[in-house]
Amino acid sequence: MHRSYYRLLTGAAAIALSASAASSQELTIFWAEWDPANYLQELVNEYEAETGVVVTVETTPWQDFQTKAFTEFNAKGSAYDMIVGDSQWLGAASEAGHYVDLTQFFNDNKLGEIMAPATVKYYAEYPGNSGKYWAVPAEGDAVGWSYRKDWFEDPAEMAAFKEKYGYDLAVPQDWNQLIDIAEFFHRPDQNRYGIAIYTDNSYDGLIMGVENALFSYGGNLGDYETYQVDGILNSPESIAGLEAYRKLYGFTPPGWSKTFFVENNQAITEGLAAMSMNYFAFFPALVNPATNPNAEVTGFFANPKGPNGEQFAALGGQGISIVSYSENQEEAFKFLEWFIKEETQKRWAELGGYTAHAATLESEEFRNATPYNEAFYQTMFMVKDFWAVPEYAELLTAANARIYPYIVGGEGTAKEVLDALTADWEETFRKYGRIQ
Amino acid sequence: MADVMTRLEPDTRAAARGLSDLSIRNLFIIPTIAFLIIFNVFPLIYSLYTAFTDYRASTSAPANWIGLGNFRELLNDPNIWRNFTITAKYVVISVTGQVFVGFGLAMLLNRPIPLKGLITTLLLLPMMLSPAVVGLFWKLLYDPSFGIINFFLGLGKFEWLADPQMALWAVAIVDIWMWSPFVMLLSLAGLSAVPKHLYEAAEIDRAGPFYTFFRITLPLVAPILMIAIIFRTMEAFKTFDHAYILSTQPTTELIAIRLYKMAFLEWQTGMSSAFAYIVLIVVVAITNIYVKYLNKAKAR
Repeated sequence: MHRSYYRLLTGAAAIALSASAASSQELTIFWAEWDPANYLQELVNEYEAETGVVVTVETTPWQDFQTKAFTEFNAKGSAYDMIVGDSQWLGAASEAGHYVDLTQFFNDNKLGEIMAPATVKYYAEYPGNSGKYWAVPAEGDAVGWSYRKDWFEDPAEMAAFKEKYGYDLAVPQDWNQLIDIAEFFHRPDQNRYGIAIYTDNSYDGLIMGVENALFSYGGNLGDYETYQVDGILNSPESIAGLEAYRKLYGFTPPGWSKTFFVENNQAITEGLAAMSMNYFAFFPALVNPATNPNAEVTGFFANPKGPNGEQFAALGGQGISIVSYSENQEEAFKFLEWFIKEETQKRWAELGGYTAHAATLESEEFRNATPYNEAFYQTMFMVKDFWAVPEYAELLTAANARIYPYIVGGEGTAKEVLDALTADWEETFRKYGRIQ
Repeated sequence: MADVMTRLEPDTRAAARGLSDLSIRNLFIIPTIAFLIIFNVFPLIYSLYTAFTDYRASTSAPANWIGLGNFRELLNDPNIWRNFTITAKYVVISVTGQVFVGFGLAMLLNRPIPLKGLITTLLLLPMMLSPAVVGLFWKLLYDPSFGIINFFLGLGKFEWLADPQMALWAVAIVDIWMWSPFVMLLSLAGLSAVPKHLYEAAEIDRAGPFYTFFRITLPLVAPILMIAIIFRTMEAFKTFDHAYILSTQPTTELIAIRLYKMAFLEWQTGMSSAFAYIVLIVVVAITNIYVKYLNKAKAR
């Protein structure tokens, strides 16, 4: 009886030991539920084949991503070893000690030179120009446009457009042309509409959309170093940008009051709109005939210039960070060393990931790999992002509350909206002691 | 207590195992009490403490005692008052609609009609659905392009959810659809309990249908109807799921939605705890008013 009892105990101890040994060879990466996360899983399967370390990419829907990630951080949980977090989380996550400081790793591997400058600035560094890094740029992304080539190239449409607007119908070169084309194709009686834009104000969809207009019109959200907002957010350029976005809303399909990436891709796949705004990460579905019956006639372009020739786009994408509470930090660093290798980045791009690796991004091979890679390449050199301060969520809530009724409901004027938002943001910055 | 404990049959399995009555009580009651203390009482007390601090769960900074600072800031914030106004409007529309529709249906069902059981069961289905699912499919029903509501009402491409003024009504209509069956069920119980001889006496006295309704039916059903109103007011006050799914209009930002954003998107933990206590006080106050009326109705 005693002998079998001890045998059992020995067996259990052996199992426990082997389980613990196995768990040290496992890494979990947390990300939102979307195609790039699937591509990353494919990529890390290759890491497993090389090293034997099992890497799992765990995902959650976008709507829950922030809440779930920060709930885990706040509980100092070790469920995730790494996280591919949104760029605007950098301030909140780094100041609260949730992310491991990667400055040494960043400098040792010269990532500032290897990765595209905008991705280093917005995905990795916080505070701005501090030389402190918290993430390795992983998935470069920005907002671009898809459009119906067959509608644009239809001779009858081209002639009618030229007659009405006095110039050729083609990919818009500036925002005035974008508005003209949206107006031209807006034909509710034919169930055909001008444009699809972001309007969902539950997270950052609407604001990301507005940023494309506001930045290209020469406006800005404020000075990210001094926290000055007045005179910048409510400048005449920002006001003109917001007015342009409101104009575009007038040419969207009916019911376009809470739309984000899913609906904007549907606008093209269902033949609803002539042009559609979306993150580049969602464009693979548009060139796939299985998911887009109009794949053959879908084209892509970068966010056009504003009336003064300035050209910017809203940054999406994320960097990969090591979670401070991970019990496998050493293994996570080894993984990042593998991830930043040029051959890994090339493979990442081949699988569908948007590499931030400058050499891969600039290569002819990458730029010609898909119909949208060239537009992506151009865009990644003209991106701007939202505030990355720890209180960014409060700034976002205020922006959604002020801007949404104007865009969707036509309430007030762009100037009134931006003046009110300026006051809100100044109050928030004052509350956190950033301004007096 | 000791008497109750000794009433257990001596040949029960528990007795056979040698478990004493005290052990059985401890096995079942202590875990339950511990569960309640850990998951209900402790969070309640802890959140009361955080309501008086500047605590943010997203940071590692310690919570600083700020006294009534959070309450002062909230009560001076015009946006919070706007959330309360929207919620009050929503509760009035929603609960009034539910009482009229629910009581009306109960009146219809309180008479001999064929397939009464089946009809009652079918009418109860909406309240058995998940509010999130209800929100998702009503979003489709309201769709201006293919939604059947516009089709049946001949409203063309009317945008229920994009119109800032209409959106709150659209959300309230969904709540009415979902919860009228609950009011109907309680009213039906109340109606079936009204003594038949009162109606017979009224008929002998040649009382008209309005007189009968207002002098017999309504007074006798009032207490149970008041209970339905109390429950529905409390529930409507904390509506979140379907409202959050249906619309993101600032005109439909109910207090529960604002609270969620404050607590889990902005991570203003101290502030949101204070907000939750303000909401609790408001709900308790409204419920007390109703209970007073309920007691009056019972006394009559």
